[in-house]
Amino acid sequence: MSVAEQPSGNVGKVMRRKEDPPLITGKGRYVDDITLPGMLWASFVRSPEAHATITSIDTSAAAAREGITAVFTGADMTDVPAPLPMAWAPPGVQVNNPEHWALAKDAVKHVGDPVAVVIGEDRYAVQDAVEDVFVDYEPLPVVVDPEQAIAGEPFVHDSLGTNRVHEWSLAGGDVEAGFAEADVVVERRVVNHRIAGAPIECRGVIAEYRPGQLTLYSATQVPHFVRLFMALLLGIGEDRVRVIAPDVGGGFGQKLQVYGEELVACWASRRLGVPVKWTETRSENMSVAHQGRDQISRVRMGAKRDGTITAFHVKILADFGAYNMILTPLIPSLGAFVMGGCYKIPNVQTDIVGVFTNKCPTDAIRGAGRPEATQMIEVTLDQVAHELDMDPVEIRRRNFIPAEDFPAATATGVVYDSGNYDGTLDKLLEHVDVPAFRAEQEKLRSEGVYRGLGFCTWTEICGLAPSRVTGPAGVGVQAGLWESAMIRVHNTGAVTVYTGTSPHGQGLDTAFAQIVADKLGVDPAVVEVVHGDTAIGPEGRNTYGSRSLATGGEAVCKATDKVVEKVKQIVAAELEAAPEDIEVAGGKFSVKGSPDKGMALADVAGVAYIGAVPEGMEPGLEETNFYDPENFVFPFGAHACIVDVDAETGKVKVLRYVAVDDCGNPVNPLLIDGQIHGGVVHGIGQALYERVHYDADGQLVTGTFVDYALATAAELPNFETDRTITPSPVNSMGVKGVGEAGTIAASAAVTNAVIDALRPLGVDYINMPLTPMRVWEAINEGSAAS
Amino acid sequence: MIPAEFHYTAPESLEDAIQALVDGGEDAKLLAGGHSLIPLMKLRLAAPSLLVDLRKVPGLHGIERQDGAFRVGALTPHRKLEFSPELGIVAKVAAVIADPQVRHRGTIGGSLAHGDSASDLPAAMLITEAEVTLQGPDGQRSVTAADLFLDYMTTAVGEQEVLTEIRLPALDGWGSSYHKFNRRSEDWAMVAACAVVKANGSTCEDVRIGLTNMAAVPLRATAAEDALRGQELSPENIAKAAELAAEGTDPPSDLNASTEYKKHLARVMARRAIADSLAA
Ligand SMILES: Cc1cc2nc3c(=O)[nH]c(=O)nc-3n(C[C@H](O)[C@H](O)[C@H](O)COP(=O)(O)OP(=O)(O)OC[C@H]3O[C@@H](n4cnc5c(N)ncnc54)[C@H](O)[C@@H]3O)c2cc1C
Repeated sequence: MSVAEQPSGNVGKVMRRKEDPPLITGKGRYVDDITLPGMLWASFVRSPEAHATITSIDTSAAAAREGITAVFTGADMTDVPAPLPMAWAPPGVQVNNPEHWALAKDAVKHVGDPVAVVIGEDRYAVQDAVEDVFVDYEPLPVVVDPEQAIAGEPFVHDSLGTNRVHEWSLAGGDVEAGFAEADVVVERRVVNHRIAGAPIECRGVIAEYRPGQLTLYSATQVPHFVRLFMALLLGIGEDRVRVIAPDVGGGFGQKLQVYGEELVACWASRRLGVPVKWTETRSENMSVAHQGRDQISRVRMGAKRDGTITAFHVKILADFGAYNMILTPLIPSLGAFVMGGCYKIPNVQTDIVGVFTNKCPTDAIRGAGRPEATQMIEVTLDQVAHELDMDPVEIRRRNFIPAEDFPAATATGVVYDSGNYDGTLDKLLEHVDVPAFRAEQEKLRSEGVYRGLGFCTWTEICGLAPSRVTGPAGVGVQAGLWESAMIRVHNTGAVTVYTGTSPHGQGLDTAFAQIVADKLGVDPAVVEVVHGDTAIGPEGRNTYGSRSLATGGEAVCKATDKVVEKVKQIVAAELEAAPEDIEVAGGKFSVKGSPDKGMALADVAGVAYIGAVPEGMEPGLEETNFYDPENFVFPFGAHACIVDVDAETGKVKVLRYVAVDDCGNPVNPLLIDGQIHGGVVHGIGQALYERVHYDADGQLVTGTFVDYALATAAELPNFETDRTITPSPVNSMGVKGVGEAGTIAASAAVTNAVIDALRPLGVDYINMPLTPMRVWEAINEGSAAS
Repeated sequence: MIPAEFHYTAPESLEDAIQALVDGGEDAKLLAGGHSLIPLMKLRLAAPSLLVDLRKVPGLHGIERQDGAFRVGALTPHRKLEFSPELGIVAKVAAVIADPQVRHRGTIGGSLAHGDSASDLPAAMLITEAEVTLQGPDGQRSVTAADLFLDYMTTAVGEQEVLTEIRLPALDGWGSSYHKFNRRSEDWAMVAACAVVKANGSTCEDVRIGLTNMAAVPLRATAAEDALRGQELSPENIAKAAELAAEGTDPPSDLNASTEYKKHLARVMARRAIADSLAA
């Protein structure tokens, strides 16, 4: 950690996560820990076929089994008026959006598509009964390869007459003119393969319908969205629906969704008049919870001989799987907003085509569009550097948007809030001695050891989001993405923070407590942070897109500031001073210059609740804020990775990973490092280990953690992290998001390192996942060619 | 985990365990460490009607040296083998099975009776020329490692038999090494090679090489062994012999490795295993 001086307040301090003790001692309360009186269990009958017409469903044997209450199919859910939601309607763009029902109606479109639900007395009984539901499937032709799918038949949805979902472009400048100016143009086919979210807690729901009132417990990141859609789909007043996300064991975007299983549980509870619970199995999670990435891109970058990039043109074919989920077609566009990366590129264009295949749908997974974009930019940039015989560090410096340009408008009109890209790179190079590395690399090569160094200098767009940009009139998300907070100071001076975000492992209980504690002069320990319950606190917009601190935290700040304003007036009246002269110091609100005479928050609360407030003031001490940011925030960083490749077997080992990040002012450096560590593991995982793979028949062959290889501690080095601080001008705290940063940066750093290692073996380019066999094959091809 | 319904018993003697198997019919299964059987039950790929847990049966634990061999009880967990360096190659193999949790639960008897082609211990049994003791309703018999593994997940252990112990000849004076190739340290072997080498000065007096996951059953790389036996243990000779390690094999391709790649890995792993055996 580079920040040597300890801050005077709580903000900026390393503090252990206050939410951890119960979670790491088995005292957490996840959905599966909850049991309600009279509760029944649900289990889903899922399609073993990737594409088929359902010709008949015989539920009688299952229904007749002991302990089984009911078996429902799509035909039973006629009182649900609309299919599952897709919330992106970009102005002027046609998005093909086939009906997607919670239980398939006539056909199944991917393995795992649910066709029936069995409800019964215990989890084992329903699982047994699932095997007694007999479904006749008439298999249809299957398409799993997006390049084949876009070319024509077979169609995933025949009624559309195409597998194309939509086309969307974002351009700035004139790329063809840019290429005409270039001395070199490099073109690559960049694959960002499909990965899973793989949270440690799978999904789960309990729905409890009592006449006129629905309560849904769900392992979700977005309880507020889920409430809205349950109300709409079930025809219940939104005020009568309560969604609770208790402790949630990670989401990584997979739980940013409105899922059919949630709807079925609610519907069945209303139908049967008892609570209904469903706990997802890992096998289900791997096959039906939404997945991410899966883009194949044609990428062209043009540059002058001195390394100046003149144009960057990316054509993305994005595989959406069988249906559009809540934000599916929007995801690649999030990459388009930062397709110029941290470089001053005058001409940038991203053309996106979405395509259906007979696979599990994709949607947001950690980074959502930006890891893909970063891979395209950073790997291609290295290819250009090589073409020009230029150092990868040098070409980056040549093209960085200079620090003095901020706020900096990019070619596409996106305005980056703040940045100092040379600063993070300088700091990175304090940790990585490149000349020494090159000398060692040379020496090792002569000994048959292939070591490589790869860089990734990146920026991203997060802190979702200014509603004017993302909302219906802007990019077309059918929602405002502001955030809310409510601060309640209790009679005793204890403080409760209600946030509309829905943390699920990030440590925001601690971060928010630190922020509020400083403003109110209390210990963070007495600040309770409440989230994930739509019945408590204001309407919110949940957690995703590295938004919770930059957007939700700012709402917390602003609501707290309102409280402070009122506190100052009360204190001023009590101490017979002017409100402007009141400050908080040493746990007290006092008149500037006379710190011994002051009031602690508890004293102020006493006055506020007794009602002895100044003339004209309302009693109580509780304030709410809705904050809609002016702009996104744009964290950035410089990462380096050093790998060894076993040239005989193709196996890659990560020796060092150095991450220098800048997410503005740090609220808690420990939380930042935690997010960077986890994010980097995710990115290294994508580059080297993880891949969701379907065979040609659309069968998932990576359905367990044996075949879906998540990186473990044994494969990873100790991460070296450092940071620079470039405050964001967007919010009062000067913070930016950090939840996705590591993931966005890491896969490109690893890929560049592997290519750097393999160049003497004739390998110039290789696509992820860099599995041993793929690397071995690349080495064979490289040697054959040279 | 939501397996199909099953019954469970934990008999306190070997006789009762065998009787339980006989009474339980063809859907009765022994349970040792459970780290192969329970994952299959969880996925409902196996649905035994009765589990006969061996954990209370006496006499199935421990490692003892007797007449130039080790007697290893079938319920000995991998973790115990790992920390028994006197077992030579078997200790080295056990040390890289999955992760510590699996090694604490999984047993040598379970691994050998199960006969997964990717499991690590079977090839080591081949090259140590081990024998297992099987006890059934009709008495006891011995089966050599070479005769134990019949096909993919099919072994000579009868449905009503308990594998009670393993007899491992002590390879005093032999060097040994195991090279397991996998993506992550906890993964099953994509391919692995184990070697034991008896050197006489710089000459190879004897060598045995075992291959994991190159077929439905573990294999001996006999062509490579023959090429090295009696030769000078030079890097060139070792490399030449190892080139023959995949001779006659035709491993099926899978998600992680093609047939050709597996054969290549077998040659590389064999060479590394032989070379490292000289140092240990
Ligand atoms: C995540 C994971 C990773 C693994 N990775 C590896 C690996 O890399 N390499 C590896 O070699 N193994 C691996 N294993 C398997 C592990 O070593 C198993 O524990 C072992 O193969 C089986 O031993 P067990 O005692 O668990 O047997 P069980 O699962 O209890 O039984 C397996 C089978 O053998 C039968 N059986 C058990 N004991 C006897 C007996 N004494 N007599 C007759 N029949 C018997 C059972 O009826 C059953 O059919 C892994 C397991 C897991 C869960």
